[in-house]
Amino acid sequence: MNIFDTVGVASYIIVSGILFTIGLFGVFANRKNLIVILMSIELMLLSANLNLIAFSSTFGNLTGQIMVMFSLTVAAAETAIGLAIIMVFYRNRRSVEVQDTMVMKG
Amino acid sequence: MTPIILFYIFAIILLLSAIMVVSVRNSVHAALFLILAFCNAAGLFMLAGAEFLAVLLVAIYAGAVMVLFMFIVMTMQTELVQLKEGVQRYMPVGCVIAFILIIEFILIAIHWKVDPKIINQFSNSPLQHISNTKALGNILYTHYVLLFQICGLILLVAMIGAIVLTLHKNPNNRRQNIAKQHRREPNQSLEVHDVPLNKSIKDIGGFIRPKETYYGVTQEDSFGPKPGDKSDITEKRQQREQIK
Amino acid sequence: MTSSLFITAVISPLAGFLCAGLLGRIIGDSFAKFISILGMTLSMVCACIVTWQFFANHMDSEVVHFMEWINAGNVHINWNLKLDSLSVAMLTMVVSISLLIHIYSIGYMFHDTMPTYRFFAYLSLFTFSMIALITSNNLVQLFFGWEGVGLCSYLLIGYWYTRPAAITAAIKAFVINRIADLFFLVGISLLFIVTGSVFYSDIFHKLPDIASIHYYLMGFDFKIYEFIAFLLFIGAMGKSAQLFFHVWLPDAMEGPTPVSALIHAATMVTAGVFLMVRMSPLIELAPYTKIFIVIIGAVTALFAGTVALTQSDIKKSIAYSTCSQLGYMFVAVGVGTYQIAIFHLTTHAFFKALLFLGAGSVIVALHDEQNMFKMGGLFKKLPITCILMWIGCLALGGIFPFAGYWSKDAIFEAVWLNHSTLGYFAWGILLFTAFLTSLYSWRMLFLVFHGKPKKQEIYDYAKEAPFSMSLPMIFLGVASVIGGILLFPYYIGSQQNIFWGNSLINETDNLHMAIVHHTPLLIAKMPLILGILGIILAYLCYSVNPKIPSFLANSLSGLYRFLLNAWYFDKFYNVIFVRPYAALSQALWKIGEKEIIQEIPVILANFTNRSAKGISWVQNGSFALYAFTMAIGLVVIIAAFLIYQ
Repeated sequence: MNIFDTVGVASYIIVSGILFTIGLFGVFANRKNLIVILMSIELMLLSANLNLIAFSSTFGNLTGQIMVMFSLTVAAAETAIGLAIIMVFYRNRRSVEVQDTMVMKG
Repeated sequence: MTPIILFYIFAIILLLSAIMVVSVRNSVHAALFLILAFCNAAGLFMLAGAEFLAVLLVAIYAGAVMVLFMFIVMTMQTELVQLKEGVQRYMPVGCVIAFILIIEFILIAIHWKVDPKIINQFSNSPLQHISNTKALGNILYTHYVLLFQICGLILLVAMIGAIVLTLHKNPNNRRQNIAKQHRREPNQSLEVHDVPLNKSIKDIGGFIRPKETYYGVTQEDSFGPKPGDKSDITEKRQQREQIK
Repeated sequence: MTSSLFITAVISPLAGFLCAGLLGRIIGDSFAKFISILGMTLSMVCACIVTWQFFANHMDSEVVHFMEWINAGNVHINWNLKLDSLSVAMLTMVVSISLLIHIYSIGYMFHDTMPTYRFFAYLSLFTFSMIALITSNNLVQLFFGWEGVGLCSYLLIGYWYTRPAAITAAIKAFVINRIADLFFLVGISLLFIVTGSVFYSDIFHKLPDIASIHYYLMGFDFKIYEFIAFLLFIGAMGKSAQLFFHVWLPDAMEGPTPVSALIHAATMVTAGVFLMVRMSPLIELAPYTKIFIVIIGAVTALFAGTVALTQSDIKKSIAYSTCSQLGYMFVAVGVGTYQIAIFHLTTHAFFKALLFLGAGSVIVALHDEQNMFKMGGLFKKLPITCILMWIGCLALGGIFPFAGYWSKDAIFEAVWLNHSTLGYFAWGILLFTAFLTSLYSWRMLFLVFHGKPKKQEIYDYAKEAPFSMSLPMIFLGVASVIGGILLFPYYIGSQQNIFWGNSLINETDNLHMAIVHHTPLLIAKMPLILGILGIILAYLCYSVNPKIPSFLANSLSGLYRFLLNAWYFDKFYNVIFVRPYAALSQALWKIGEKEIIQEIPVILANFTNRSAKGISWVQNGSFALYAFTMAIGLVVIIAAFLIYQ
């Protein structure tokens, strides 16, 4: 029995679209801390993975799932590096606030 | 019928917990909501027939990555974990943008279609008769070995990068410097005192330690040089002999 | 065998230049001198062997292939060398004089404080360029050599670059030559347009085909030959310092004296004459241009002769004399007797180089004193130089049997036998100039070598030049004595047809060469008589009674100043060319450069600055804003995708 015969792939896409928007919103709308931004990025990646899996199952082609594996790997690497950067940032400035990150100003 | 109900349950919990992730003030709570979101996403994966990836998601994210998150959040000082109130000042515009984006995504989801020229290429996968894990393994190690290896390299680089970024030399840490140990001579570190009766080592001025022993920082209750004491053991010895 | 020797003769000065010029600093001064003289000696030996083989075997003119030079579109130019009587005769003359002057320069430049490898390198480069000019078989290659000698002339006039006068003289020579070269280049281009080739053989072959082309100018109808010949002659006027283009030559005397001898007397300035002779088939077809050549040559001879009378600088006096003699050569060209022009060119090279070297020897002996009125009585101190200068002046004055007599005499006869008003006019002017020539030559001799010393302290320190300087002078002295009588039969005498072969073309109706020795006796001897008269007058004025010249100068002060200022040519040019040009440059600099061109970058910079300031608020460093911007972009892209799907 295939879930897509009943729910339809559109539901998956809508869910992943909303999830992506929430993640994006989390990135730019919070003034709280950098860790939450990393978490939002994880949410966006998750929505992309969800899309890939939905289409992969719809068309019966496993390549999409392989891609999800790779993107999971890259996401893990990205998380590790991002957390390390936040660690260094915190050590130098004793803060992880988004509004403090104005040092990029030229 | 059951899968439909399950789908809606998972989807709603996923979205709600995602909203919580971006809106709660406490980042420990945010991390916990993220775990919830991942678990529900794993449920959606499972419903779509990707059992292996669902397990992988739980294992990697809920298991490893989230622990890392929690670890970092906990390391930071407690008053910072409690986050500031408020949002960015362009929040209303941001809400409008997000709303438009959601509408657009829904429109795409309703109107998408596949190009008939390439639709035939899709249905060639032997997904029916073997398990999902086995099929994934077949494809991964047949067609995508190179990408797989590169993923390993990426992880290695990420690991090295994270270590390099966070490696941090604290002057108070004691590290072994083998070269320095080998260079050291007995008279730089060893001192023999004749301690008279009823006298303690403190009374005759204490042990003299080489000045680099504590990197210039005196620990509590030690007999070493006080902060700012520059003179070496040999100089002190000379001073003491002159006094005699 | 002959051709490879010929090529060796051409390129060994180049090799000498490259070694001495590029490596001079490394290999040292004396070794660089040795290398460049070695190259010249090799060239000289090869040139002599080639000459001997050429005339002994009665070889025809041939084209020696050397290498490919230009290959673009319709223009295919190989670096070919033309081996015929004219090029061989010129080559031998140029190379031998150049070698002598290289040797002379060792002594002359001995006291120079700067390393002299640069000097020798330039001399070798000059010799190479001159040979390239002579041996070319097409006009483009000739132009290459033409510009090469111009460049070397510039470099060598300005050799003492710390002297402002030398620098300005060098620039003057360069600029005036460029102006004339422009006409020359236009002439070459015109030839290429009408004949489709720049090779002598092709051009001369096609000359009859273009006879129908006529140009109309100011109501007159001229054949195309006239135009081309006229343009080429203007180029030759610039190089050979003819009237209106002569102003650079006296100033060029700022260079070292060996340079004056080699470049501004013996070789480079005669390149114009050589060009005319080389293009003789074309010149023969242009009768009006020939008339123009005769007029310019004669007037130049007269002009330079008069000016030379008043100069006090020994080198400038000789320089004007050179200018005058070049006028003689052009007159010979203008009446169609190219053989005589080349003959006079060769003998003139010998005695004029000798005179310059003698003057250099005097200048060295007197420690850079060039004013003739401060010299005097040097006969006792510099006997060798004095005798050689006497020989040079006798040759220049055309006294029997010195070299100048044979060539100059031939020019007079040829002009007389032209049997036209123009011929008699030119003959008269040249005759008067011959008188002037003797007058200023012996004026120089009497002022410098005879009479009493004017400045005792200069006189006391004078001593004879070293052997390396007197040896070349002796060689040139011998050539000045016997060169004329030796070369006379071959150049213009009984053997001339065999000697020249087909390298020169005289029109069939041009019978001057055949009848050249059939003038009335008195007419034929007139130049000699007037020359001797000039000597006598100079003796009277400058030796017997030195008050006569100053009396004349005072009583005819207007004429004297006119001559002293060289007919006011420099002042005239200053008013009509230099000042307007300077004013125009000033205006362009102040308005065009400072106010327009320099302002544009400033305006642009201000605009960039302001717009950058306006736009830089976007880069405020907050990555929340960056992410927000990205989100807006995403929305826009998806919207576009949905709309245009």
